[in-house]
Order: sequence, then structure tokens, then C-alpha cells
Amino acid sequence: MPANLSARLCSLLLSLFLIAFALPAFAGPFEDAVAKFANDDYSDTEEAIGVVASSGNTLAFPIISALQDGRLMADPDSKKVYVTGADGKSIDAATGQAVASVPDSASAVRLNNRLRRSVDAAIGSLTLQSPDIGARLQAAQSVFKSHEETSLEAVDGALAKETNRSVKAALGDARAAILLFKPDATEVEKLEAVATIKARGDQEAMALLTGMGDQPASVTKAAASAIGSIQSSLAVWSMVQNAWYGLSLGSVLLLAAIGLAITFGVMGVINMAHGEMVMIGAYTTFVVQEVIRTRYPGLFDYSLLIAVPLAFLVAGALGVVIERSIIRFLYGRPLETLLATWGLSLVLQQAVRTMFGPTNREVGNPSWMSGAFELGQITITYNRLWILVFTLAVFVILLAMLRYTALGLEMRAVTQNRRMAASMGIATSRVDALTFGLGSGIAGIAGVALSQIDNVSPNLGQSYIIDSFMVVVFGGVGNLWGTLVGAFTLGIANKFLEPVAGAVLGKIAILVLIILFIQKRPRGLFALKGRAVEA
Amino acid sequence: MTPHMLTRSLDRGATIFLAVVVACGILIPLSNLLLPAGSFLQVPTYLVALWGKYVCYAILALSIDLIWGYCGILSLGHGAFFALGGYAMGMYLMRQIGSRGVYGNPILPDFMVFLNYSKLPWYWYGFDMFWFAALMVLVVPGLLAFCFGWLAFRSRVTGVYLSIITQAMTYALLLAFFRNDFGFGGNNGMTDFKDILGFNVQAEGTRAALFALSCLALIAGFLICRAIVSSKLGKVLIAVRDAESRTRFLGYRVESYKLFVFTVSACMAGVAGALYVPQVGIINPSEFAPGNSIEAVIWVAVGGRGTLVGAALGAVVVNYAKTFFTSGMLAPYWLFMLGAMFILVTLLLPKGIVGTFNAWWDSSKERRLAEKTTSAAAEDGVTEPKMAEEAQ
Repeated sequence: MPANLSARLCSLLLSLFLIAFALPAFAGPFEDAVAKFANDDYSDTEEAIGVVASSGNTLAFPIISALQDGRLMADPDSKKVYVTGADGKSIDAATGQAVASVPDSASAVRLNNRLRRSVDAAIGSLTLQSPDIGARLQAAQSVFKSHEETSLEAVDGALAKETNRSVKAALGDARAAILLFKPDATEVEKLEAVATIKARGDQEAMALLTGMGDQPASVTKAAASAIGSIQSSLAVWSMVQNAWYGLSLGSVLLLAAIGLAITFGVMGVINMAHGEMVMIGAYTTFVVQEVIRTRYPGLFDYSLLIAVPLAFLVAGALGVVIERSIIRFLYGRPLETLLATWGLSLVLQQAVRTMFGPTNREVGNPSWMSGAFELGQITITYNRLWILVFTLAVFVILLAMLRYTALGLEMRAVTQNRRMAASMGIATSRVDALTFGLGSGIAGIAGVALSQIDNVSPNLGQSYIIDSFMVVVFGGVGNLWGTLVGAFTLGIANKFLEPVAGAVLGKIAILVLIILFIQKRPRGLFALKGRAVEA
Repeated sequence: MTPHMLTRSLDRGATIFLAVVVACGILIPLSNLLLPAGSFLQVPTYLVALWGKYVCYAILALSIDLIWGYCGILSLGHGAFFALGGYAMGMYLMRQIGSRGVYGNPILPDFMVFLNYSKLPWYWYGFDMFWFAALMVLVVPGLLAFCFGWLAFRSRVTGVYLSIITQAMTYALLLAFFRNDFGFGGNNGMTDFKDILGFNVQAEGTRAALFALSCLALIAGFLICRAIVSSKLGKVLIAVRDAESRTRFLGYRVESYKLFVFTVSACMAGVAGALYVPQVGIINPSEFAPGNSIEAVIWVAVGGRGTLVGAALGAVVVNYAKTFFTSGMLAPYWLFMLGAMFILVTLLLPKGIVGTFNAWWDSSKERRLAEKTTSAAAEDGVTEPKMAEEAQ
């Protein structure tokens, strides 16, 4: 903020040099007020602030903000006041003319807490007229918070000129807040103000209504009912927010678990190195972004679009190699597969650590994934939203692939009855290799998405592996819908437990619930029905 | 159970193993204490503590082999029972510090003073008494295993499902013990121990005694496992491992057998953890990390699943290699080695070192026997290949 302020100040100073020549210098109320800063008297300073702020003079903003930052120098002997800039240049506060140096006898104009409040209010009302929409909005909001009576005039003035809808609404709120605290406002005005603030309906509105002090009976009553309605709407919004966070977490879980669901569901192979496939996808994104940064900086916004197919290929190819070289020798020995793939995960982690270093690597968000927007009372970040969309797209594509392609048909056949499928002429070992490659490839593109919200480090995969297993086991093996339901159920349950129990206890509770759930349904929510004794 | 029954089933491997452990348990402490420091044959104190750690790991490996090698239950959460035993011992050791802590509070351990506890939580009561702590070392892991197993085995959660939920169990405990308000020291765990049963834990004599005790516990654990697996119960366990449904159809209550052996195994792991803590001087939540439990499984796989000697041997060999490689310039490569060990052992050496050796020994014995029979038959002038087969 200070950097922003000083930047703005510099540009203002620059324009002041031009204006200074245009304006004839004469002693008026503005100059008299400026001179009062030199009296070193708090009440004189306050008076000066009021006059300067409402003068409409272009120097008003630089003077007040210099006062706020302690850069307003006053010389008690000559009664001259100077604004020193961040760059060391100074101007005469009354005329705006540049001065070579500030005399040594000048010292910064002092402030106390009461004055600081009026300075803040003055700055607020001065920026209400700023040409920048964002600055105006911020100023209106800060007036809403401070609700200083002195700002009323400025707010009314700004309100008359304002054309932007959201700034206008913010100014309206600010005006209502001022009226609510203004002792001599009429009852009708106050009731209107309560209604306006009630319509705003957020935490700040509630704080304002709760802390408004002595009011006429009718206003108090209206405020009480407004507080009630704001409270219930806030409760609804916090539910919506939890649900959104839950959906977001669920989409991450689904993305991480979906590849696992394929390998485990079709092949019965527990792949403990699944998390490392996710990690490799994330590192692929890192490499793609590095290349783009050094060679083709203009393509940065497309980096993820390039990384997705690449990560799928890298992780998928690695998956096929792993299946051909290790896993195919261990079919029918699930526990040994588990150990071997765990060993593999250690090797992959250490390999990445050796190649890229043990620390986090920087993966940037493209412009279309950064930022956020407001939906009612909740904030939705674009990266979370895109990940949800992306996850659902991957899910749908995968579902369609299983349903409509020849490979999908073969995979389903092998899942349902391996020996029968083999007797019908399906090359089950080829299907196994491709399935494992597919599962790993999807883990790879999960890595691309997760690189946007998580730290890209060699341990990235480890933090997802247990959660992904929980999703697959909970949802049931061999059924992608089970994985979908499992992921979103766990995500939402987790986020609804979090505010009640805290993040860690919530997670523990979820783990315990899953352990208990497995007792009830040892094959998960959507188990494949079969007649075999040993599934 | 008479000593005769215990020794009856000892084969050559077990005898050698017991002899080695007994010799180590006596000679290493004696050499450490009696020989002058710096002498060629003197075992330095740090090595006594290090080998004491290996012996504790060997007990943990035995407990895993008992359920995995003989009953087919692959627990990826045995580190949790080990750590719980360790925490029970750690709580006793914390109470023994008394007012010698940094804050000098006679009742509350340092971390509780630091976290503004006003009084001792109820679950810390009794841990100032050694017998109570020793009981808890067995009871806490045993009870957890019993409840967990009762739920899991009754609803027939088997195979990889069981492995995954045991992993979830230890992960949940990891998260819980990391919390400061859980009352077990949070992520710092417990350390700075002073006394055990009135002896200074840092003293050479105490360390030697702890080492000897660990060897004794290893022998006891080995004999108990041995007794279990060579009894009729053990035969049923092996049947469960090889064909669970068939065993059930034959009328055995599979879940009771599994529950029994799972609980025994958890108690053993708890004892191993309790002996481990005073020797390494610290217990913290990282002992619950799922990776530790899986690493313990690989000790068993390397040594030889289904051979008790192999499990203990595997624990010592792998951990010796770990110490050797992680302390030198090879440290960055240790994880490669460990990972490769997981892969190669499961692919190429599924019976482990001892299992492969046993198989080789048996087959060469058969070969020699067969040669002897054929040559004897040739002297008689009759060639009867069938006899060789019958001799097997």
C-alpha cells in the first residue's frame, strides 16, 4: 500500500509542477489553512485538515497524505509548510512550487490519535473522487468502516457524480453507516440506513449494527431484526462456502485417486508409486514452464495446455515401463506388489530429488488461473474453479473412453472376469500394460493441476497417496462412479468437520470413520457384485 | 509350557540364532564394561546403544513376521504399536525427571509447563510407577490391536484392504500425536530422560543392561513365536494364510485365530518400542509415519518371510546397511538402495535370505541323499530310480 501511495504521489507531484505555473498565487483560505500547520498546535492542525480536505485544491491530497506519512515539514519561524517527496524533492505546500531545500528549522507536523483519525477520514474522502475505480471503491469502503461524520459531505458529493454501479453501492453503504452514527440524523434517515446496511448483509454490516450504541427505539428494533436476518443469511453463506471448499477438495481428491481407481479396479494392483506419478506430472509442468520462460515468454499462458498432454505421455510411458518390468511378474501377489511399488516410489522420489533438488520448485499460475471473483458472500478463486472443471472433464472423458472405445471394452471385460476375457481372445497382458499406462498418465495430468495449488517438491505425491487410497477404498473398487462419489463425499465431509473440530481433528475423524465404514462394507460403497468366495 | 516343549521344536537354524543372541547379550555388555576403553576388543558405548536399537527392531520384525509370514496379515501400521509402547515408556521416563526439568516442576513434564497445563491430564496418572508403565506397554498396543482386529477380521477385511486401513490407522495416530493439545508433547515428543528405575539412562552400565535386556526380550519373543507357529494353532494360522476360505469351511473360526495372533504381535511390537526409547533417548510422532511401518515390513521380506530367524536377521542386516550408508558420503543414494531392495527382494528373492538358503540347503541335502542311494543301488547292481524319490 505505501508503495502504491507514493507512486500515486509521484505522479501527482509531476502534474503539480505544471499546474503551479497555471495557477496564480494569491493568499486565500487555502493558503491560510496551510499556514496553520506551522503553529504546532493540535486544534489548529485539525482545523487546517478540515479546510484543506474540503478545499478542492489539487494540492490537498499530497498535503494530507504527506501529513499522514510524517513528510509534511513546517517551519515555525517563516510559517512556511513544505511537502517532501519520497524521492527527496520538496515543494511549497501553499503554492505547489518546487523548493531547492527545506530549511533546517522545519520539522515534521506532529499528530496524535484523534488527528490521525481525521487524517484517515480526509484521505478517504479525497480519494472518493479519484479517477481510478478501484481507489474509489476502496475509499468508499474505508469510509464505511470509519463512518466519520465529517465525510458525509464528501460522500454526498461523490455519490452525485458517481456512475460506476458497485462504487455507487459502496458509497450508499458508506452514507448509511455515517447517518447511523450521526447523532442529529432524523429517525427516517436512520431507518433507511438500517435497511441499506441490512441489504449489504455481511460480517461488517453486522458489526456495524451491533456496535451502533444509543438509538431511538424504532431504530434499535429495526437493527435487531436486521441483525437476525443477516445472521441467518450469513449462516447459509457459510454453508455454501463449506460446500464449495468441499467440492474443491473433492475435485483434488478425485483427480489424485482416479488413476488409482483404474489400476486397482481393473488389475487389482495396489500402486504405491501412484503419488510419484502425480509428482512427475507436476515436475513436467515445471520443466515446460522453465523452457517457456527462457525461450518463449509469450506462451506462458498456454503452458498448462502444453503440459497436460506432455505429462500424460511422460507419466503414461513410465507406467507402461513399470508394468512391463516389475508389476507383471507379481500378478496374483498383491501384497508383494504393494511392497515393490513402495520401493519404486522411494527410488522415483530420490531420483527427482537428485535431479531437481529437495526444495520446492516454482510453478506459476497463468493469468487465466489467478485471481478470484465474488459470488454473494463467498470468494471463489479461479484456480480452484478451473481444477473442478478440469477434473470433471477428465472424469467424463475417461468414462466415455471406458464405455465407447475398444480398449475400454477390453478393460471392462478384464475387470469383470479375467480368465473369461482371456478365453475370448483378449490379450490380457497388453490390456494390463495399457491400463497401467492410462492410470499413470491420468496421475500425471493430475500433477499438472495440483502444481497450481500445491508446492512442487519431491514429497508432493506422498501427501496424496493415503487420501487417494481412502477415496478408492471408500468408493469401491472397479467403479469410477464410486470414486467420484467417494471423493466428493470425503471432501465435503472434511470441510464441514473442519470448522467444528479443526483441520487435523477433522481429518482424524474422517480416517476413523472410513476405518469403521470398511467394517460395514468391506468392498466400499459401490462394490462389484460377484459370486466368487475370494474377491 | 515346559522348557522341554519349547526346545523340542528347535532346529539347527533356531539353535544357532539363539546361541548368537545369547552370546551377544552376554559378551557385548561385558566387553563394554570390563575391558579398558580404547582396547581393541572393547565395544564402545555408542555401539552398544546402536546395536540395542537393532535388537529392538529385530523384535518388531519378529512381530510382523508372526502375522505376515504365518497368517498372511500384512500390517502397514505396526510402527504404531511400536510407537505406542515407546510412548508408554517415554511417559514413565518423563515422570522420573521430576523437578530436574528446565522448569523444575515436580509433577508436570517440561512441555506441559511450556504449554500452560495447570495439572496432569488423567491419562498420565500412574505412569510414575514402573510396573504400571510396563503393563501399559503391553495393554495399550494390545487393546488397540484387539479392537482394530475385532472390527476388521469379523467383517472379513482382508488382503490389501486390511493393509490400507492399518496404514490409515497409523497415519491418524501420527496426526493426533503431532497435536500439542493431545498431551504427549506434540511434534517434539519426549526427550531429556534422566533415570530408569533409579539408574541414569546415560550411564554405561544402564546401557549395557538395557542391551542385555533387549537380547533377552528378543529370545523370549522368538521362543513365544516359535511356540505359537509350531503348535496346532500355528498349523491353523498357516492354513489361514494359504487358504482362508477353505479353513473357514472346515469349521475353524478364522477371525478368532487372526485376532489372537494380531494382538500378540502388537504386544510384542509394544515391548520392542518400550526397550527402544530409553536406548535412543527420544520418542516423537515421526515413529508413527506410515513409511516406518512399511520399512519394517521390508526387513522381514529381506530376511525371509515365514522364517522367524530371517525376520530378526533381516532387521539387523537392513538397519546395519542403513547406518553404514546414511552416515557416509553415500547418504544421497541410500533411498535408491532401499527402494531397489524392496523391488529386487520381491522380484528375485521372494523367500528372503534365510528362506532361499533353507531351500538351497534342503535341495542339496536331497541331492546328496539321492546320489548316495543311487550309488548304493549301483553297487547292488540294480538301478532303481524310484528309490531316490521315496527317500525324499
